Amino acid sequence: MKEVKSQASKSPGPGKQGGLNAEIQSRIGHQLRAMYDDVVRQGVPDRFAELIRKLDTPEGGAGGDITAKPDGRK
Amino acid sequence: MPLTDSLRDDILASVPSLRAFAISLSGNGDRADDLVQETLLRALANIDSFQPGSNLPAWLFTILRNLFRSDYRKRRREVEDADGSYAKTLKTQPAQNAHLEFEEFRAALDKLPQDQREALILVGASGFSYEDAAAICGCAVGTIKSRVNRARSKLSALLYVDGADDFGPDDTVRAVIGGSGG
Repeated sequence: MKEVKSQASKSPGPGKQGGLNAEIQSRIGHQLRAMYDDVVRQGVPDRFAELIRKLDTPEGGAGGDITAKPDGRK
Repeated sequence: MPLTDSLRDDILASVPSLRAFAISLSGNGDRADDLVQETLLRALANIDSFQPGSNLPAWLFTILRNLFRSDYRKRRREVEDADGSYAKTLKTQPAQNAHLEFEEFRAALDKLPQDQREALILVGASGFSYEDAAAICGCAVGTIKSRVNRARSKLSALLYVDGADDFGPDDTVRAVIGGSGG
């Protein structure tokens, strides 16, 4: 009967994260990016495209007052 | 630098990732969009202080992050509606199982200290280098590295160790394993 040798160093690459195994790490990375990319894929909502267009007044318009209240929220 | 057309386009192109960052930080879609709006207004108002040729996304992320920080201090998370409103921002609802897993992940992410959460998101999702992330957060590169590492360990503990029952052998498998001796 042949016994399969246990592969002690099975995990790909040296585990640089102490106790964290590579599979869990990649799972976390995948979840994180899935969550993030889901929003990225939504593109630019009209609200923001409009905002930037509106503020694009060639000098003298908005005057760049940082205290200006963002309005038009509704 | 003045607001040129191409700069305006670049700012617009950063909006999707700014939103993703804001939602990841705040866990709340509506609030995230308010943050993005305020970020854009500040950026445009201070466009003169942007150095041409430097990293525009990093500059915008820095503004958003600082706004979130001051906002956070003010509000202290009075509303804990992470799951509900976040889920609403998704275009496609994941299938039930995936959705559950997703919510668990989201909840675990919310349990991280803010420093660690933002570091992990910047490096692990936004794709910034450790150096850029350090610049955005105003800290040393080594600090970012250690925050990211701690965030990963903590997430892994929350999701895959505490919840070992979810991922380990299920009851059937366990019965088979444990029952062999009879």
